[in-house]
Amino acid sequence: MKKHNPILNGPYLIWSAAFIVIPLLVIVYYGLTDKNGIFTFENIIKMGTPENLKALLLALLLSLIATAVCLVMAYPLALILVKMKTLATGFIVTIFIIPMWMNSLLRILAWQTLLERNGVINQMLGFLHLPKLYLINTPYAIALGMIYDFLPFMLLPIYNALEKIDPNVVNASYDLGANRFQTFWRVIFPLTMPGVISGITMVFVPALTTFVISDILGGSKVLLIGNVIEQQFTLVGNWNVGSGLSLVLMVFILISVAVMQHYDKETGAGLVI
Amino acid sequence: MDSKLIDLQHITKSFDGELVLDDLNLYIRENEFLTLLGPSGCGKTTTLRILGGFETPDSGRVIFDGADITNLAPNKRQLNTVFQKYALFTHMTIAENIAFGLRIRKKSAQYIKDKISYALKLVNLDGYEDRMPDSLSGGQQQRIAIARAIVNEPKVLLLDEPLGALDLKLRQDMQYELIRLKNELGITFIYVTHDQEEALTMSDTIVVMNQGYIQQIGTPEDIYNEPENAFVADFIGDSNIIDATMIQDELVEILGVKFACVDKGFGTNNPVDVVIRPEDLELMSVPDDISTDSEAYEKLLRRVHKFNAGYLEGVVEHVIFKGVHYEMEVLSRGYEWLVHSTRMFRVGEKVLMTVDPFNIQIMNKPESEDEQAVQMNEM
Repeated sequence: MKKHNPILNGPYLIWSAAFIVIPLLVIVYYGLTDKNGIFTFENIIKMGTPENLKALLLALLLSLIATAVCLVMAYPLALILVKMKTLATGFIVTIFIIPMWMNSLLRILAWQTLLERNGVINQMLGFLHLPKLYLINTPYAIALGMIYDFLPFMLLPIYNALEKIDPNVVNASYDLGANRFQTFWRVIFPLTMPGVISGITMVFVPALTTFVISDILGGSKVLLIGNVIEQQFTLVGNWNVGSGLSLVLMVFILISVAVMQHYDKETGAGLVI
Repeated sequence: MDSKLIDLQHITKSFDGELVLDDLNLYIRENEFLTLLGPSGCGKTTTLRILGGFETPDSGRVIFDGADITNLAPNKRQLNTVFQKYALFTHMTIAENIAFGLRIRKKSAQYIKDKISYALKLVNLDGYEDRMPDSLSGGQQQRIAIARAIVNEPKVLLLDEPLGALDLKLRQDMQYELIRLKNELGITFIYVTHDQEEALTMSDTIVVMNQGYIQQIGTPEDIYNEPENAFVADFIGDSNIIDATMIQDELVEILGVKFACVDKGFGTNNPVDVVIRPEDLELMSVPDDISTDSEAYEKLLRRVHKFNAGYLEGVVEHVIFKGVHYEMEVLSRGYEWLVHSTRMFRVGEKVLMTVDPFNIQIMNKPESEDEQAVQMNEM
């Protein structure tokens, strides 16, 4: 193997120091000190207050629901896409990717317009002389926004994993006597576990930390942990508490990623049944 | 040995309007090692996939052990396939791979355990139970694929170019391994390959295919020594295929020279194709200082005439050392002859060339231009 010139690593090292390591250290510093720069666990313990705990648990619950719904929707869709002819597949995959190119804020605002008290859906219900629904500013609206926003991140890794499976591996399963159901659960699904895992991670982590979706679709009525942290920085102006809560959230994310990777190594055997 | 285990009747199959198999008829006996041999696109893999149940023929029937299985799903068939590039389940250990079919059939844990160790011994890989497929070499993965198939005790094992991804040395070892396995298991092997050497080494019966047609069915010796047409002759080994005229029974004129041969029934003064294998041509050096009208030359000719056959004068154009033999091109009467000989001749050396009448293979010319196209395309 050719040894790389260490100087070539320079830009990368500088880049990661400037944009990853130093900001992280700053957050740790703020999180573990008070306004006077004195070491304290006060900011961490703030997560234990009833309203913060409620926001954290709600965020966990909603992002779990959103992740589960995304998985249940994306997997069958990916299966259909892989079975389809190439031309049509490209078209449909593009349709799913195009929204990702649009500003996420814009997409969520579109949902706001749809779900509002006098929004498109309620107006249509009015035409039909049906009672209006409370859609906006509910946890359901937030979950819906998450699912809509993050579905492509679940679809693409699963689609890629499915596409990589050698058709003869599936044929081998039939050849050895397995029916369609057995072939799916014993061969196809376990082989796509890496895609499922990265899909879950890519939906769960941003959903857990979001404050934009909950801001727009939850109003000020439903607070997620992301909103609490955001408010500490923007409204309260207490960077120390905001950083402390961020550190706690980071621990939750690290745990979930570690759990996911554990299942990935076992190629899903433990997760499936 | 003579009962038909599998009978393919009038199988026709096309993909996107392109005919891949055209009215294919073929039967396979019990305990036979049958090889489907041909260039890519000849329909051999499609034939195998129809047997395995992964393709349904457009028309025709597949009879297995007396029953029509044309539309039977692959998981209901009593045959197993060893796929190109192994197709192992990479998320399972070797033991789980081998146990796959047995678990589907709900065999007891003890039965499965015994079968795994039996199969691993058979393919010389005992102790590999807990390894993952990716940690094995290509040859080892191939043997696991075979073990995974045979534990289900199929009546027929279908092998789709199983050695294609292996290097030459390993391929040769695996050929012996497959013959040994077939003899130990006593089941029918149907083997698909484009490698004529592989086919000649292992098969009881070779089916040479081209463009969806069967060109010839026979033992390896038949196929090699008595090719039925120019395609088979050219595809199986190197050969010289020359236009010639059948003067009468047992006499053929090649490039204007009459040669004795042993074939009969090709008519008189009839155009034919002649096949002469490069190793069957015998060369004799003509020293530079001998002129063609000298006594010494006459003596040489008498030696050449030992077969009472014809001879051709030629000049050696190229010589390549191939290990066991020298491969040479000899120009004679405008045709470049491929010659294999253990003796070396110099480039530019004058030679006399003759052939044992027994080694001249006469073939009918294709009757129509269409037929000729079928034979000559894809060569």
